[in-house]
Amino acid sequence: MSTEAVAAPHYHDKVVRQFTVMTVVWGLVGMSVGAYIAAELLWPLLNFDIPYLTYSRLRPLHTNAVIFAFGGSGLIATSYWVVQRTCRAPLFLPKLAAFTFWGWQTVIVLAAITLPMGITQGKEYAELEWPIDILIAIVWVAYAIVFFGTIARRTVSHIYVANWFYGAFIIAVALLHIVNSAAIPISLTKSYSAYGGAVDAMVEWWYGHNAVGFFLTAGFLGMMYYFVPKQAGRPIYSYRLSVVHFWALISIYMWAGPHHLQYTALPDWVQSLGMVFSLILFAPSWGGMINGIMTLSGAWHKLRDDPILKFLIVSLSFYGMSTFEGPMMSIKTVNALSHYTDWTIGHVHSGALGWVAMITFGSIYALVPKLWNKPAMYSVPAINLHFWLATIGTVLYIVAMWIAGVMQGLMWRAAEADGSLTYSFIESLKATYPFYAMRLGGGLIFLSGMVIMAWNTWKTIMPSAHDAQAAVGTAEAHA
Amino acid sequence: MSNFWHWVVVAIVVGSFIGTMWLLFANARGKAGEGDTGHVWDDDLREYNNPLPRWWLNVFVATTVFGALYLTFYPGLGNFAGRLGWTEQKQLHERLDALKAQRDRQLAKFHDRDVASLATDPAARTLGRNVFLNNCAGCHGADAHGALGFPNLSDKDWLYGGTPEAIVASVTHGRNGQMPAFNGAIDAPTFDALVRYVQHWNDPKLDASVREQAQKQFAITCAACHGPDGHGNQVIGAPNLTDTIWLHGGTRERIRETILFGRRSAMPAHEKILSPDEIKLVSAYVYSLSQQPGE
Repeated sequence: MSTEAVAAPHYHDKVVRQFTVMTVVWGLVGMSVGAYIAAELLWPLLNFDIPYLTYSRLRPLHTNAVIFAFGGSGLIATSYWVVQRTCRAPLFLPKLAAFTFWGWQTVIVLAAITLPMGITQGKEYAELEWPIDILIAIVWVAYAIVFFGTIARRTVSHIYVANWFYGAFIIAVALLHIVNSAAIPISLTKSYSAYGGAVDAMVEWWYGHNAVGFFLTAGFLGMMYYFVPKQAGRPIYSYRLSVVHFWALISIYMWAGPHHLQYTALPDWVQSLGMVFSLILFAPSWGGMINGIMTLSGAWHKLRDDPILKFLIVSLSFYGMSTFEGPMMSIKTVNALSHYTDWTIGHVHSGALGWVAMITFGSIYALVPKLWNKPAMYSVPAINLHFWLATIGTVLYIVAMWIAGVMQGLMWRAAEADGSLTYSFIESLKATYPFYAMRLGGGLIFLSGMVIMAWNTWKTIMPSAHDAQAAVGTAEAHA
Repeated sequence: MSNFWHWVVVAIVVGSFIGTMWLLFANARGKAGEGDTGHVWDDDLREYNNPLPRWWLNVFVATTVFGALYLTFYPGLGNFAGRLGWTEQKQLHERLDALKAQRDRQLAKFHDRDVASLATDPAARTLGRNVFLNNCAGCHGADAHGALGFPNLSDKDWLYGGTPEAIVASVTHGRNGQMPAFNGAIDAPTFDALVRYVQHWNDPKLDASVREQAQKQFAITCAACHGPDGHGNQVIGAPNLTDTIWLHGGTRERIRETILFGRRSAMPAHEKILSPDEIKLVSAYVYSLSQQPGE
């Protein structure tokens, strides 16, 4: 291909820089709230009898902040960077891209205000009330226009695999959000779902599971497909594997949602299909992991001294682990044990901390120096330290929740010969306390890594005296 | 589900199965080391076109085959019930019936004994405690020590009587405690005196004039239920006010609230929730708690 000879166009990176900074900021905020509510489970007095600080109101704030604020900002930042580079085209409608930044941040700030006030639709991961939902839909459609407009203006013939995943993520999230958020408003701050009963539950978990599937999997696979080969300096392992696992993943993920509702009022046939499709999802999910990790074959030694690559590869390992665990937990007999226990929380965090956060850390560390024209991050040893804190924190967290979850499941179902339950609920809660402490420890270790990242990013971005002189030189050259 | 939607479901499921398998096998062939695809992005992003890992392909096929088999034996394909005829409801009732039969066998051993004798039998107490933890602990606590508004069952103080018969009656038919509200019925100085009197019933330091003023009011509005001496009345569940046990709290503020706004306490009836044998066993357990020496 002759594209290499063509000079790169002028890319719009201001919006990428903005989203990148906010990824770090919201990561810090969202994970701090998470640590705080983990502490509340251990010491309920920490809510100080203030309604805004109760677990019930801060928990959705935590999930929204880490998924949509931290994860969302990271996805939009990297997708804007990746789509421009791999299409060799500047962003389509840069002013609309700027709108997506300010619009998305407005959504997050509104969430941070309304959720502690108790304004909620009560649907998990879709708590925000209808006016905010409408704003989300508008911002998201604008994002889609910028992204797909850029792809349409590409100057290379093939669409890079990362863009398939980013594209699927953008389309699917728009569809999921709009369908699940359909509601009848009765005031500015209160609405009722357009669906009723088991249908409402099914729509919610069709949305909920695909938020995992398309937001937290497909989107971050897009990130993976750019930053892993880039950082490793190696070609993607297999194009045909990309094709197979991409199409299989997006077509099968859509039907896996009912596994969140095993043994409920959902009709039997829907539950079965949810389980079957979840099991079949295992291989397509692992396709991405294989393609990522095998990309490194022949360059394993790079893992020794490149902490960014360590982040990327370990995140893929956690991805593989949680996408094995997920199909297993969807099996009805396993689900009968795991459902409603902390095992689910452990599973989510092995994906959220191990996969989503770690791949984002790696990608942001790779991106920040390029965005601010620095040779490297301010401190490479600090990246390494962050890597170990993140890994140890994640492992502590998920091990605590695994043990707690299996223990709760076994305690809840334990029955005496007379048919009565062996343990009262409160006894299972009491037994969980040590693991709540262990989880808080893991979470705090993970959070401390995030603090180091914020410091390292700050130090890299802030102009030093040396840079200031250099900047004068470049500014003159541009003028 | 209508016939139309049945076939929509079947079409989507079967179509997904066939579609993914077609996708898989259409791309399964290929040799390793063919070099890259020739595409280049962003200066240095290239891709190899290695064949699909064999084990991975096998896992994909195996899960799909399992899925197909599962859907022939279990419900899933729209209205098709599956060859095993399994349903969630059936599974639930089978297990419940088995459990119920097992439980009845256990309970039958204690059928002919009275509560007092069961209370001294460790096996019966264990069974009774299980019933308690599953049905009573929510309000009275796992240790039966109660909470604000929910009586402690492990002491010797009883609102409705602590005999085996009284306990069985409480569990079976439930209890309704009614303390009426006296908001506005008593003038403010007398009200304050009454609150202090009730709080410091046995305290000799209580001002004699306050005691006298309060006693007059007590005789009019309170003695009918709580008795002229304040010892309460177990027939209607009126608490003894002269001891240090306070169902709704013994602070000045709580007592004010109780007299001003009244209290309603409800112990639900369990005759439709528990079998007579279970009621007997749980009563024996509760009875045994207050029979322990030294407490």
